[in-house]
Amino acid sequence: MSAMSIREGYGRALAEYGQANARVVVLDADTSSSTLSSFFASRFPERFFNVGIAEPCMVDMAVGLALGGQIPFVNAFAALLSLRALEQVRTSVCYARTNVKLAASYAGVSDFKDGPTHYSITDLAIMRALPEMTVIVASDAAEAARWVPLVAELDGPAYLRLSRGSALPAGTEGMKLEVGRGLTLRAGPDVTLVGTGTMVGRCLKAADELASKGIAARVLEIHTLKPIDAELLCRAAEETGALVTAEEHSIVGGLGGAVAEVLSAGCPAPLERVGIGDRFAKTGPSPEAVMDAFGLSIESIANAAQRAMARRRAGR
Amino acid sequence: MATATSLHPDSLLGELAEHARALRLDSLRMIHKRGAGHPGGSLSAAEIVAALYFHKLRIDPARPDWPERDRFILSKGHAAAVLYAALSRRGFFPREDLDRWGAVDCHLQGHPDRRTTPGVDMTAGLLGHGIPVGVGMALAARMQGQAHRIYVLLGDGECQGGVLWEGAMAAAKYRLSNLTAILDYNDVQLDGAVHDIMPLEPLIEKWRAFNWHVLEVNGHNLRQVLEALDTACEIHGRPTVIVAHTTKGKGVSFMENRAAWHGMAPDAAQLARAEAELGRRP
Repeated sequence: MSAMSIREGYGRALAEYGQANARVVVLDADTSSSTLSSFFASRFPERFFNVGIAEPCMVDMAVGLALGGQIPFVNAFAALLSLRALEQVRTSVCYARTNVKLAASYAGVSDFKDGPTHYSITDLAIMRALPEMTVIVASDAAEAARWVPLVAELDGPAYLRLSRGSALPAGTEGMKLEVGRGLTLRAGPDVTLVGTGTMVGRCLKAADELASKGIAARVLEIHTLKPIDAELLCRAAEETGALVTAEEHSIVGGLGGAVAEVLSAGCPAPLERVGIGDRFAKTGPSPEAVMDAFGLSIESIANAAQRAMARRRAGR
Repeated sequence: MATATSLHPDSLLGELAEHARALRLDSLRMIHKRGAGHPGGSLSAAEIVAALYFHKLRIDPARPDWPERDRFILSKGHAAAVLYAALSRRGFFPREDLDRWGAVDCHLQGHPDRRTTPGVDMTAGLLGHGIPVGVGMALAARMQGQAHRIYVLLGDGECQGGVLWEGAMAAAKYRLSNLTAILDYNDVQLDGAVHDIMPLEPLIEKWRAFNWHVLEVNGHNLRQVLEALDTACEIHGRPTVIVAHTTKGKGVSFMENRAAWHGMAPDAAQLARAEAELGRRP
C-alpha cells in the first residue's frame, strides 16, 4: 500500500492551480524539495521565491506580496511556521488580516526521521487561538489537492496542515469540500468518532473494529478546526451521546480541545480525546510506528470509544 | 540627468521645515492628551516624515487605496504620533481624530493599524517587520509592472534584531531598487544609548555588506534628506538605505538625547515648555 503522500498531493495541485490563477505566488524556506513546492517552482520560476532558512522573513514577505494583490502560499515545516514565525503570523498575517496562505508541511510526527525537534504537535492549538485564522487539516493526498483552490480563494489568512507521508484514505473524493463544514463519513447511532488529518482514516478502521463488536460508530471528519462545525458536532452529541476525538497532535488545545469547547457550550456529552499525551514523543522508524507508540493506534481509538460509551451509560 | 538639488528651492525647504515643526507640536500634544506615546522617536523623525508626506510620496488622501500610490511602512511603529499627525495634515482623516487617539472607538490605535486608519499601508508596532514586508510589496509592484516605490522608516534599536537583516538579504537578492529604507539613527533606545545597549557600529559597513546602496545624511537637514530620497530613485539593481543621523527628542531641549523621553508623556507644564521652545503651531 503506497498511497500518494499528502505533500505530493498538495505540491502537484499547487503547480496545477498556478496555471489557473496567475495571482498565486509561492515562497519556501529552503525546503521546496521536501514540501514539494518544487513542482510549482519548476513550472513558474518567476512566481517562486526561495528565501533561505528564514521563516519569519518569509512570512513577512508573503504579507507584502498579499498587500500587493498576490495570493502567497508560504511553505515550510509546520513546527517552524507555528513557532519560529509565530510573531509574524500573529501580527502581520492575522492582526493585519492579510491574505496569506500558510502551507504547513511535515506536521504531526510525520517527520519521523528527524524526530521531536521537527515534530509539530502544538501547531493546531497555536493557530486555533489566533483571531482571523482559518485552520484546515488535510486528511489524505486527494483531499490535500482539493484544498489548494479552496484555500487560495478563501478571503483572509489560512493555515493548511499537511503531512510528509501518506495516510489511510479518508475517501472524501466524492463529497463536497467546504471550509467550516464537517463531513459525515459513516452513519451510526452508538458513538461518534471525530477525526482530523491522518487520523480520519484510522477512525474509519476503528469503526470497522467496533462494528465487529456490534457497535455502530458514526465517523465525522472535522477538516476545519476553525471555524468549527458546531452544528454537526452537537447533532452527533445529541444523537450518539458519546464522542471520541482523534488527532496527530497534542491532546492539549487541538481538535480535542476544540470539540470540548463546543460540547461544553451547548451539548454536553462524554468525550474521550485520542492524541499525543502532554509530552514530546520520540523518533521512530515510521510515522505509523510513532503514532502507535504514542497513543494514536486504531485500537486506542476503538478503546476510547468504548470508554466514552461506558461513561454515557454511567451518566458521567 | 538633472541634479537633484535644483528641484529643492529654499521655499520648499522652508515649507517642509514648518511642516516638521507642526508635526512635532502635534505629536507632543497628542501624547500629552493621551498620557501615552513615544515623544523621542516622533521628534527625531519629524523632518523625514515631513519630507515624505509633504513632498516625496505620491499619495492621494481621497483614494487611500489607490493601487499606484507609493507605500510607506513605519517600521518603528512606536512613532505613531508623528505619522498620525502627518496623515491628518495631509487630509486622510479629520484633525479632531488626533485628540481621540487611544479611545476605544477611535480608529487611531496605539500603533499604526492598516485596517482601521486610512492611509496606513501596513500595521506596525512590534519591531523588525518593515524591511521583509517591504520586500514583499516591492516584489509585487515589480511583478505587476507598477512604478510605485516602497519606503520603510526604521528605528535604530530594531536593527538589533535578526528579522530585519533576513529581509535585508532578501531585498538584495531580488535587487529591489524600488525599495528605500530610511534609518532614524538617533542612538537612543528605551533603556539607554544604542551604542551601550547593543552597538550597531560599524553600521554603514553592515548595510554595504548586505549589498545595499548606502547614503548618509543629517536627518534634520531637509536638503540632505530630499537629495538622498531623490538619489535613491536613481540607484538601480539594489535597494537603498538612507542612514539619517538624528537627535532623539529633537527640538525640545530637555528631551534631546534623553532615554527617559523614549516613551514618556509630557505633563501640562512640560508640554508648555516644549511649545515655548518649538513656537506657535502654524
